[in-house]
Amino acid sequence: MPSLNHYLLVAGLLFAIGLTGVVLRRNIIVVFMCLELMLSAANLTLIAFSRFYPGANGLPDIHGQMLVFFVVTVAAAEVAVGLAIIVALYRTRQTIYTDELTTLKG
Amino acid sequence: MPLPIFWLFTVIMLFGAAAVVLLRNPVASAMSMVASFVGLAGLFVGMNAYFAGIIQILVYAGAIMVLFIFIIMLLDLNTDKKRTPKMAPILGGLGIVIAFTIQLIGVISTTPDKAMPALDLPASAASFTPGTQIAKNLSANSLPDVHLIGQSLFTEYNLPLQILGVLLLVATIGVVTLSKKQSN
Repeated sequence: MPSLNHYLLVAGLLFAIGLTGVVLRRNIIVVFMCLELMLSAANLTLIAFSRFYPGANGLPDIHGQMLVFFVVTVAAAEVAVGLAIIVALYRTRQTIYTDELTTLKG
Repeated sequence: MPLPIFWLFTVIMLFGAAAVVLLRNPVASAMSMVASFVGLAGLFVGMNAYFAGIIQILVYAGAIMVLFIFIIMLLDLNTDKKRTPKMAPILGGLGIVIAFTIQLIGVISTTPDKAMPALDLPASAASFTPGTQIAKNLSANSLPDVHLIGQSLFTEYNLPLQILGVLLLVATIGVVTLSKKQSN
């Protein structure tokens, strides 16, 4: 049986891979996907704590799962808005590579 | 969940995530992200969070990935031209990530471990009103995950749920406004 630290380590590694993508990739769509990976890593820790620390009734703690539900819903809204912004960006700049977006550079 | 199955889903999840970062083609990245989320949903189901596993598949692998692939196709990004990678950002980024991973391993090796507690479902039925669907399912030794979440969602978390509805409405209107043809 995997223990709590197994799940926490795996979630941390998933977060680290997502962070690598956000820092290293220059395609803004891939950066966005890696942000989703980081959100999912947080979801994994929430579910793990909900399962390993049961509530007073002996069932998995429902509050952790509710938070996962809300995170997933907000992530869906965030993806819709973010992709619309990327499309608007592409329309005005003809690029989605972060190193070519240098308007704010002094 | 037995340890080999845990490692199977973990390997699917982590290799999928690594492929998202490493593959050059954005469509291939999106596909490996679906694999990563399937592995993650497997881990959720292994922790008796059936509802979270299902929405992970439906919302992420279903809805969000379709949006991503739609935008990739729409912008026609398959011609990922050969770009010369700069060394300084790569080294800096890898430095941050390696420092983070070392910290993570350090913290986890010092935190007390905990084994997964067994669920005694028939005993938990006593804390619910007898005769309800939740109590019946618990007595029959099956976890009514969706019922529990639904009950919590519409009683304790009713206000956040309504706020979430407003958020989705605002996001919908925002997307329509953003993608309208700007006329000036």
